[in-house]
Amino acid sequence: MIADFGYGVLVVTFLLALFSVGTAVYGARTKSYLPERGRSQSGRWAESARRAMLLTFPLVTLASLALIYLLVTGQYGYQYVYSVTSNSMPMYLKITALWGGQAGSLLFWSWLMSAFASAVMLRKWERDREFLPWVIVVLSLTLAFFLALTIFFENPFASWWQTASGEVAAMFRPAGALPLTPSDGMGLNPLLRHPGMIIHPPMLYLGFVSFVIPYAFAIAALITGRSDDRWIRITRRWTLVAWLFLSMGLVLGARWAYDVLGWGGYWGWDPVEISAFMPWLTGTAFLHSVMIQEKRGMLKQWNMLLVILTYDLVIFGTFLTRSGVLSSVHAFAQSAIGPLFFAFIGLTLVSSVSLLVYRWNDLKAEVEMKSMLSREALFLLNNLLFMGVLIVCFWGVIFPLISELVTNQKVTVGPPFYERAAAPLFGALMLLMGIAPLSAWGHSTLKTLGRAVWKPALAAALVVVAVFAAGIHNAVALIGFGLVALVIFVTLYEFWRGGMARHRTTGENFFTALWHLAGRNRRRYGGYLIHISMVLMAIGILGMQVFQTETQGAIPQGSSLALAGYMVKFDSVAQFDSAGGRNVTRAVVSVYKGDQYLGDLYPRRDYFYESGQPMTIPGVRSTLADDLYVILVDWQPISAIGATFKVYHNPLVNWLWIGSLVFIFGTLVAAWPEKIRET
Amino acid sequence: MQKPGFGRAKFIVGGLLILAAVIYLIASSTQASAEYFVTVDELHAKGSDVIGVNLRVSGAVIGSTIQYDPQTLNLSFEVANVPGDNKEIEAQGGLAAVLHQAVIDPNRSHLQVIYNGPKPDLLRDEAQAIMTGHLGEDGIFYVDELLLKCPTKYEEAVPQQVK
Repeated sequence: MIADFGYGVLVVTFLLALFSVGTAVYGARTKSYLPERGRSQSGRWAESARRAMLLTFPLVTLASLALIYLLVTGQYGYQYVYSVTSNSMPMYLKITALWGGQAGSLLFWSWLMSAFASAVMLRKWERDREFLPWVIVVLSLTLAFFLALTIFFENPFASWWQTASGEVAAMFRPAGALPLTPSDGMGLNPLLRHPGMIIHPPMLYLGFVSFVIPYAFAIAALITGRSDDRWIRITRRWTLVAWLFLSMGLVLGARWAYDVLGWGGYWGWDPVEISAFMPWLTGTAFLHSVMIQEKRGMLKQWNMLLVILTYDLVIFGTFLTRSGVLSSVHAFAQSAIGPLFFAFIGLTLVSSVSLLVYRWNDLKAEVEMKSMLSREALFLLNNLLFMGVLIVCFWGVIFPLISELVTNQKVTVGPPFYERAAAPLFGALMLLMGIAPLSAWGHSTLKTLGRAVWKPALAAALVVVAVFAAGIHNAVALIGFGLVALVIFVTLYEFWRGGMARHRTTGENFFTALWHLAGRNRRRYGGYLIHISMVLMAIGILGMQVFQTETQGAIPQGSSLALAGYMVKFDSVAQFDSAGGRNVTRAVVSVYKGDQYLGDLYPRRDYFYESGQPMTIPGVRSTLADDLYVILVDWQPISAIGATFKVYHNPLVNWLWIGSLVFIFGTLVAAWPEKIRET
Repeated sequence: MQKPGFGRAKFIVGGLLILAAVIYLIASSTQASAEYFVTVDELHAKGSDVIGVNLRVSGAVIGSTIQYDPQTLNLSFEVANVPGDNKEIEAQGGLAAVLHQAVIDPNRSHLQVIYNGPKPDLLRDEAQAIMTGHLGEDGIFYVDELLLKCPTKYEEAVPQQVK
């Protein structure tokens, strides 16, 4: 009953989304969005589309609640419920199983989409009413696409049926079939039963979905022919929020991998990781280049292209996780929805780009870019570098497919490819982060720029010398730390200059002056904080890339392994049953540095009875300087061999997580509404 | 004074230089780190031609051959040939069925592999092993990176009671 209800609601919502597309288009053609016609008979079309759009949110909420009801009540007669929950799972995991599998996460996508679409519908539209119908068209079409996937292909409400030829999952009873109700489900993959994994998919999805909003406004601007930066101003905060969610999704995924996967790292250049990273790259480029359009009226075509690319990369990212087209640890089963995603991406990309080409001449820059060292030129360079990283990533992902098509030989590239090809580009981006904030708009010469940069650059050079003197002679590390220092010094220098200038003019003390200054220029100072957060993360990444060391060995009780000045002593191992249907094997090791005892670590392995799957949870001692990361690999309770451990020494990795906290703070500062509402 | 159009030209040249740099980075890195995806059959057919080349081989793990020495972390096992093409796998009834068939079929070609490191959690009979490494002159495949997939549990799940 509940399932039929949920499915019925989805079908109704799908029809409603199509209805709002139709009415919006009709409304736009009859110009009924204009306020003076708003009350006329024909003027109700756009309003009607808007209300239909608003209604999708409560409807998809109902459908999601129906599925959650099935999940928490353990109705294993439904295929989705069967595949992602089990009797032994706690309540919160049964609820979050909503996005634990393919069908449910597509419904979850639609739910977020409808929420965001409704939120956009509630904004004040008086000043840009002509955008409304086209924004509705884009949002409704995207929503309808995802709803269609859940209704026709990946139905979370399908139930099990026993037929003569075997068991099948279907929405409606096949002829001669009997319903089938297993007494327990498969349970969520234990690897996914982790707080990071519970928040990571929603964060990524929020990021994905909210990037649809700026795209919708961009398309509306293209169709209506408005060539000013109105659409950018409307969607600036949406873009920042989307970017924040997407970034947090990426960082949480990395943290989950570090905490749970037990391979000592956090990022494996897996195609699915990359597919979430690609919209982040275009999104980041977009956030920078819209500033050029707002300040100088340039790069209009480029911004359109970036937002279109971001939208399609978002869909592509969802497609990669869902289609199984590439082998990946993330991939769900292969299914029929791959070609549909492909068709949808192709259709939206071709139509959006055609629209952009049609309006190309209207979007000419208002001023020509002159100086190669001007702020806008450096921003453009930043954009090109982000595009460079994007091309590297895209190439790495599609290279196996291309090579198979061309040479009939499947070839892949692994992490070394991405690291080798992208590292110089990231280095160049950091250099720009150091220089660009000091260059002037419009015109900047080597001389003016040099005058501004030399002090922080000198300080950064001294840092490099100090690092070298401290015994670190690795070139990548020296360049990396030099760039980190440059960005930090330049940013602090900017804070200092701004704060002092205000201090002099207003007489406020320096910190009050800085506080007020940042309050007035949230975007600028939020951006600086984000720059600092990025280089803090870079410290962690450099530490892992350049200085990570590891050792492994089987040792009897009382013996120890040595690594990077640490001693890891194996004290004991115990095995016991624990909540959630798992058997835990937990070792106690004590960590020493020299003779000094630092504490105990508890690396463990959990074995899940119902799924027969083990899970490795490292014991980690984390400090600002380094992490000691101990994995229990194997153990022989009744033998002299003892237990096998793998130990990683991960210098500076904590700065990655610290940087991500600074990042959230910086983005919130930048996105926080200004006191005086900008138009 | 600059000639008209010169400003534009220098930006185009700059952009092309960046593009060239990106292409160079991609081309050289691709060459340095490409791994050829082959099936066990293809590997046997190529034989000595590919000794030392970076390869990625996928195969079905034969549970009875798994040998692991926790002291030295030496892990060895055999894999049976499975098709490399997704469509072919689908046509033969999905990954779980293909892996099962590969393991029980005595006529499939096998490949002996050696890996040094902790035994992965998912290494068991009828798992799919995706192995990166190279073929030694002794005909043994030396694995640097071992990825495992067990499709039966989570992806093609059908209620147990009816099986």
